[in-house]
Amino acid sequence: MSQPEILNQAFELGYTYTRSTGPVVGRFLTELRDRNIVGIKASDGRVVVPPMEYDPDTAEELSEFVSVGQEGEIVSWAWIKEPREAHPSEQPFAWAMIKLDGADVPMIHWVRADGESEVSTGARVRAVWADETIGFMTDINGFELV
Amino acid sequence: MKDIAIVAYNQSKAVSDVGPCNEVELIMPVLAEVFSQAGINNAQDVDFVCSGSCDYLQGAAFAFVAGVDALGAVPPIKESHVEMDAAWALYESMLKIRMGHADSALIYGFGKSSPGELPIVLSQQLDPYYLAPLWVDTIALAAMQARMLLDQGKISERDMAEVVSRSRRNARNNPNAQLAGDVSPEDVLAQPSYVSPLRKADCPPVSDGASAMIICTVEKAKSWGVPYAVISGIDHRIESHNMGMRDLTDSVSTRLAAEGAGLGDGPVDVAELYAPFSHQEIVLTRALGLGKETNINPSGGVLAGNLMMASGLSRIGEVFNRIIAGDAGRGVAHATSGPCLQHNLVTVVEKA
Repeated sequence: MSQPEILNQAFELGYTYTRSTGPVVGRFLTELRDRNIVGIKASDGRVVVPPMEYDPDTAEELSEFVSVGQEGEIVSWAWIKEPREAHPSEQPFAWAMIKLDGADVPMIHWVRADGESEVSTGARVRAVWADETIGFMTDINGFELV
Repeated sequence: MKDIAIVAYNQSKAVSDVGPCNEVELIMPVLAEVFSQAGINNAQDVDFVCSGSCDYLQGAAFAFVAGVDALGAVPPIKESHVEMDAAWALYESMLKIRMGHADSALIYGFGKSSPGELPIVLSQQLDPYYLAPLWVDTIALAAMQARMLLDQGKISERDMAEVVSRSRRNARNNPNAQLAGDVSPEDVLAQPSYVSPLRKADCPPVSDGASAMIICTVEKAKSWGVPYAVISGIDHRIESHNMGMRDLTDSVSTRLAAEGAGLGDGPVDVAELYAPFSHQEIVLTRALGLGKETNINPSGGVLAGNLMMASGLSRIGEVFNRIIAGDAGRGVAHATSGPCLQHNLVTVVEKA
C-alpha cells in the first residue's frame, strides 16, 4: 500500500493586536530598555519596584516615579537545583525577592550562583542586563552576587 | 435571611494520572452520587448549577463548557461558572439563593492537572508583565514564603515535617487520598531538599479528580427529607497581587474572612484547611486562631491529594461529612486561590 500524502501547513499562533502597557507599566518597561530601573511612590511614601498603577491599600492612583539602584539585597530565596525547561536559566539558580537600593518593597527575579551555599538571605546582588534590551521584564537577565 | 443547608457531597479519588479519562468522565460519577444522596434525578431537579475549573489546565479558552456536557443540555438549565476553585462557585450559589433566585443549587469543581506541567501552567496566572514572562513557578514562590518564616523563626523545618507526618497518617482513613502512610517527622526530615527550603513532601501532589455538592434552603432540605448541615457563615478576602507588598508570614485575608464568617462565635471541632504547602497550614492555623481543641485536616488535607479547582469545595464537603457522621458539631473550611495564599475563603458549617 502506498503511503498517503500527508498535508502540511505551517501555523504560527499570532495575535493581531498590540497591547498598550499604559503609563506606569509602560514607563517601567521603557526604562528597562534604557537600562534604568524605576519604582513608584505608594500612598504611604514607600517606593514600590516594579511600579504599581494603584496603591493596594488605598486604591489611590500612583504617579510619582523614583529611580532606584541596580543593586540590592536578597529578602528571601528558593534554590532550583533542577531548572524547568521554561525557567530563565539552564544551570541551577535561585529565585529571589530582591529589595533594590532605594526601594522599600522587594521584587521577584532570579539570581545566578554556582551553588546553593553561595546564596543567603541578606546577600547583595546586582542586575545583569541582557545583550539587547527591548522593554521587557527579561531585559534584566537575572542578578549576580556582588 | 434564608438559612442554607448542605445536603450532599462527593469527591472522586485523587489520582496522579487518570489517563484517557476526560473531564466529563471525571465529573459524571460525582454528580450521580450527589443526586442519589439528595434523592433527586438530575440537574433538572435543582434551580441553579455553578462550576469551578481552570481553562489553563485544559489549555483552551472556554474549555469549561465541555464540563457542562456532564449535566445534559436539554431542557435548558440556569448555569454559571467561575474560573476559580468551586468553593467560590458555592459562594455564588449562596448569593443566588439568598437573593431569592433559587432554592437549591448543584456545585461542582474539576481538574485534570496531569497532562501539563502544573507549576509552570500556574505561573501564567501571575502578573502578566512582571512575573509571567519569568516563568516563576508556584513551588518556588511557596519556597520563598517558607524561607521567610524560617528566617524569622516563626516556624522550624521540624514544624513543617510534623504537618506532613500528620497529613500522611490522617490520610490513611481517607479512601480518596493519593498519598497516605505511616510517615514520621524524622522520615520527612531525612528527605533531600527539592526546591530548597522545601522538600518534595512539603508540596502537594499533582492530582486529577472532581467533587460535587448540593446546597439548598433549610425548608427544601426538610422537604427532601435528607440529613443536612447548615452553613452559618461564609466570607472571602483577597490580598495584593504584588507579593512584595504582602506579609507572607501571615494571612491577613484569612483572618478578615474568618471574622466576617463569624468563626469566633462558637467552638471549632474540626478544620479543613486548603494549605497546598506544609508551612501554609501553620500560617492558616494561626490566622484562624485554632487551638488544640480543633481537629485539623482529618482527611489529610491537600498534601494528601490536591484537586485543582475542586480541593476548596472538598474542604467544605469534608467538614460536612464529619458533622453528618456525628464526629463534629461545628467546623471551619478554608479555600485558597493564587500564589502564597493570596485569596482566602472561610466557611463555617454547623450541625442542624
